[in-house]
Amino acid sequence: MGVGIEVSNLNAWYGTNHTLQDINLNIPANHATALIGPSGCGKSTFVRCLNRMHETNPIARVTGTVRIGDLDIYKDAKPVEIRRRVGMVFQRPNPFPTMSIYDNVAAGLKLNGYSTRHVLDEIVERSLKNSALWDEVKDDLKKKSGASLSGGQQQRLCIARALAVDPEVLLMDEPASALDPVSTSKIEDLIFQLKSQYTIVIVTHNMQQAARVAEKTGFFLNGRMVEFDSTHKIFTNPSDKRTEDYITGRFG
Amino acid sequence: MKVNDNVPEIRISQAQFQPEPGPADGQVPAAAASTEASGIRSFLLSKGNSAVADRGFHWLMVLCALSIFAIVVLIATELVTGSQLSWVQFGLKFFYQVFVDPVTKLPMYWDPVNGNFSAVPFLYGTLVSSFLALLMAVPLAIGLAVFLTEMCPGALRAPLSFLTELLAAIPSVIYGLWAVFVLVPLMREHINPLLVSGLGWTGFFSDDNPTGLGFLTSGVILAIMILPIISSLTREVMTAVPHSQREAVLALGATRWEMIRMGVLRNARIGIVGAIILGLGRALGETMAVTMVIGNSTDIHRSLLSNGNTMASVIANQYAEAVGDMHLSALTEIGLALFIVTIIVNALAQLLLWAVTRGAPARVN
Amino acid sequence: MKAGENQLRSRFRALTDNAATGLAILSTVVVVAPLVAIFVYLLYKGASSVNLDFFIKVPKPEGEAGGGMANAILGSGILLALASAIGVPIGIGGGIFLAEFGRGTKLANAVRFTADVLNGVPSIVMGVAIYGLVVRPHGSFMPFSGHFSAFSGGVALGIMMIPTVCRTTEEMLLMVPNAVREAALALGVPNWRSVLSITVRTASPGIITGCMLAFARVAGETAPLIFTALGNSFWSASLDRPIAALPLQIYVYALSPYEDQHRLAWAGALVLIVLIVAAVSLVRYVTSRGVLKGAS
Repeated sequence: MGVGIEVSNLNAWYGTNHTLQDINLNIPANHATALIGPSGCGKSTFVRCLNRMHETNPIARVTGTVRIGDLDIYKDAKPVEIRRRVGMVFQRPNPFPTMSIYDNVAAGLKLNGYSTRHVLDEIVERSLKNSALWDEVKDDLKKKSGASLSGGQQQRLCIARALAVDPEVLLMDEPASALDPVSTSKIEDLIFQLKSQYTIVIVTHNMQQAARVAEKTGFFLNGRMVEFDSTHKIFTNPSDKRTEDYITGRFG
Repeated sequence: MKVNDNVPEIRISQAQFQPEPGPADGQVPAAAASTEASGIRSFLLSKGNSAVADRGFHWLMVLCALSIFAIVVLIATELVTGSQLSWVQFGLKFFYQVFVDPVTKLPMYWDPVNGNFSAVPFLYGTLVSSFLALLMAVPLAIGLAVFLTEMCPGALRAPLSFLTELLAAIPSVIYGLWAVFVLVPLMREHINPLLVSGLGWTGFFSDDNPTGLGFLTSGVILAIMILPIISSLTREVMTAVPHSQREAVLALGATRWEMIRMGVLRNARIGIVGAIILGLGRALGETMAVTMVIGNSTDIHRSLLSNGNTMASVIANQYAEAVGDMHLSALTEIGLALFIVTIIVNALAQLLLWAVTRGAPARVN
Repeated sequence: MKAGENQLRSRFRALTDNAATGLAILSTVVVVAPLVAIFVYLLYKGASSVNLDFFIKVPKPEGEAGGGMANAILGSGILLALASAIGVPIGIGGGIFLAEFGRGTKLANAVRFTADVLNGVPSIVMGVAIYGLVVRPHGSFMPFSGHFSAFSGGVALGIMMIPTVCRTTEEMLLMVPNAVREAALALGVPNWRSVLSITVRTASPGIITGCMLAFARVAGETAPLIFTALGNSFWSASLDRPIAALPLQIYVYALSPYEDQHRLAWAGALVLIVLIVAAVSLVRYVTSRGVLKGAS
C-alpha cells in the first residue's frame, strides 16, 4: 500500500536560480497524481525533491518540508534510506547495460546485500509481471542484457526494477515521452493498474495522458504550483485563468 | 476530457510471496508501522544509510589520487638527498666546470678516481643527440601526419595508424638491440665514411671513431623512436581543426596543399609545437637505446661521429658500479637535473596541447 | 594582373601542391619502410633463435652454447605481478576519484596534470629514486632494503604504472552515461556500492584494457631495473634477491661478445614483442568495438 505525500513551503534552487517557489500540496495515497506544465516550469525539479535526487547536483539547495507518510524526508532520514522507499522511473530508459534482465530487476536488492536466491526469483517474477514484461522476457531472464530490449521494453524493465524494492511511492518523470505510441499506451495501462498498490506521481507533457491515468493533477508554471485539483476539474473547469490558457493550448 | 474508465483491467497474478525474516534489529522509521509490512521492505528499512562506508570509500579514493603527488615528492626527495654530497662539494659549478688532465693537459670532465665531476659532457651529449633527433624526426613526422590526415586513401589509413601505434609501443631496449646489430654496422660501413668524405670539411664529421657508435647513430635511433609520438599527436591536433576552416580556405579556390597550410597547419601550429616539445621530452629521457649506441665516453669532441654520453645514458652505464659515494652522488645529481628538465619540458608540452585540444590533455603513450 | 602572370601563378601553385603531396608521401615511405624493416628483421632473427630450450632452460655460463632465458621469463612474471599489485589498485582508485568524486575540482585538475607530466619522466630517474629508497642500506623502513632485490624492481615498475592506469580509468569512467549512475542512486544503493558495482563494472572492459596498456609498457622497461632488480644469471624466484628480467637480459646479452648470447637476445626480443603486439592489438580491438556494450 502506498502513503500520502505532504509538501509544505518547498523551495528549491540550482545555484542562484530559484527553481521552485513555495510549493504546497498534498498528494493522496494510492492514487495517481499528474503534474503538468510547460517546459522548464520546475515539475521535474519538484519530483526530484521528493526522493532527494535534486541534491545530487552540487549547486542544488532545498528548503521546506516534505513528509512521506509520517516521515520528514529531509530531517528524519538520509537520502539513501528515502530512495529505497520512493522509487523513480526516468524519462529515458536507463537499464544497467552490463547486467542481465534478471540482475537489472534484482539490482536494488542485490546491491543492498540481499542474496536469498529463491526469494529473489519470486520478486523478479512478480515485478516483471507487475510491469507487464514477464511474458516477453521470461525465457531470457539471465541470457539477455537489459540494454538489448526495445525502448518500450526497457522502460518497463526500469519500472520492474523500481517495483522490486517494494517502494511506497513511485515517481515517474515523463516515463513515456521517449517511447512510441504503442509502448506509451502499455505504460499508461500499467500506471492505471499499479496505482491501487502504490502512490504514483507522474510528470507529463501530455495532457491527454494526465487525463487518462490520474485522479488528481497539478499545474506548474514558472516554479510555482498554480492549481492542484481533481483531474476532471482541471481539464473541464479550471479555477485559474493561467491553467485554462495552458490546457487550451494558448501557450506551452 | 474524462478520466478514462474504460481501460481494461490487466489481470496480474499475485505470486505467493513468503516474506523472508530479515534482520529485525536496526532502526525502523515510524512511518513503516503504518504500511503493510512486507519482508523486503523491512529488510531494506533496516539497512541504514552506510554513511561510514561511503565516507571511508571516498577517502580511500582520495588517498589513491594523492599518491600521484606522493610519487613526485618521493622522487624529488630521493634525488635531492642523494645529490647532497655532490651539491655541497661543487655547487652550481657542477654544470659548467672543466678540469684538466694532469698527464695529457687536455680538458677532462669526469674523473671518479680523483673525485672530479662535471656534468658538461652529458649536457652536451643530451643536447646534441636530442637536437639531431628532432632535426630528423620533425619534418618526417609532420609529413607522415599530413599524409595520414589529409591525403591518405581510407583503406590505408587504419593499418598505417595501427603500425604507428605499434611502433610507439616497442620497448627502448629492442630498438637498441636492432640498432646495435643493424644500424651501427650500417653507419660504420656505409654512412659515416660518406659523411666524412663529403662533409668532413665542416669539422663536424671526422673519422677518429671507426666504431659506428656515437652521437649521430644515437640521434638516428632516437629520431626513429620519437617519430610515432610526434606524428600521432600532430594528427590529433590536425583532426581537431574544425572542417569549417578547411572548407573556408577551399572555397577561396586554394589547392589542397594551400588548404592544408593555411586552413589546418596554421590553426594547429600551437598544438604541433606542443607535440614537438613532447617529442623532445621523450628524447631527453630515452635511456636504453641511446646507452647501447652512444659509445660511453666522458669527453667532448666536435665530431658528430664521436662517442659520448647523455645524462640518461651515463647513469645507466655507471650507476650500478659507481666508485664511492661522491661518484654516486654526482650521478644522482645528474638524475635530478634530468628530472627537473623533463618535468619542465613535459609540463610545457602538456599546457600547449591542452590549450589546443581543450579538455583532457592528450594521452601520452 | 595580366593573363600570363595569372597562368604562371597557378602553375606555380599547382607545382607546389604536387611537390607537397610528393614530400608527404616520401616522408611516409621513409618512415614506414625502415620501421617495417625493423619488424621483419626482428621476426626473422628472433624466429630462428626461439626454440623450446629458450623457455625452459636457464642461461649457460658464458661461451657455452645452448641454454635459454627461462629465469628471465619467470623473473619478468614475478616483477610484473608485483608491479600490477601495486599499480592497478592505486591507479584505478585514483581514476575513480577523478571521475566520480573530484570532477571539476581544482584538486582533480592538479592530479590529472601531474599524472600526465609524471608519465613523461624518464624511467631511469624512477630507478634512481627507488634505489635510494629501497636498495641503499641506510636503515630504511622499507622491507627487503639494503641490497638489490626483486622487490625494489617491482616497486619501481608498479609506481610507473600508477599514472597511466589512473588516467585511462578516468577516461573510461567518464564514458559511462550519467543516466546509469542516477538509476543506481534512485534505487537507494549506497554511493560506494553504486560506483563499484555499477559504474566501474560498466566501464570495466575499458578499464581492463587500460591496465593492459600500462602492463605492456612496463613489461618492456629496462632502465628502472638496472640498479634495483639488477638481474640474475641463475634461477631465482625470491623477492629478496636480485632477479632476472627479460628486457634486462636482452640488454646485457646484446652488449656481450658472445654470439650465443646474441642469439638469445633476439629470441627474447621476439617473445617480448609478441606479448606487446598482442596487448596493443587487443586494446585496439576492444576500444574500437565500443567500450560499453549496449549502453544507450
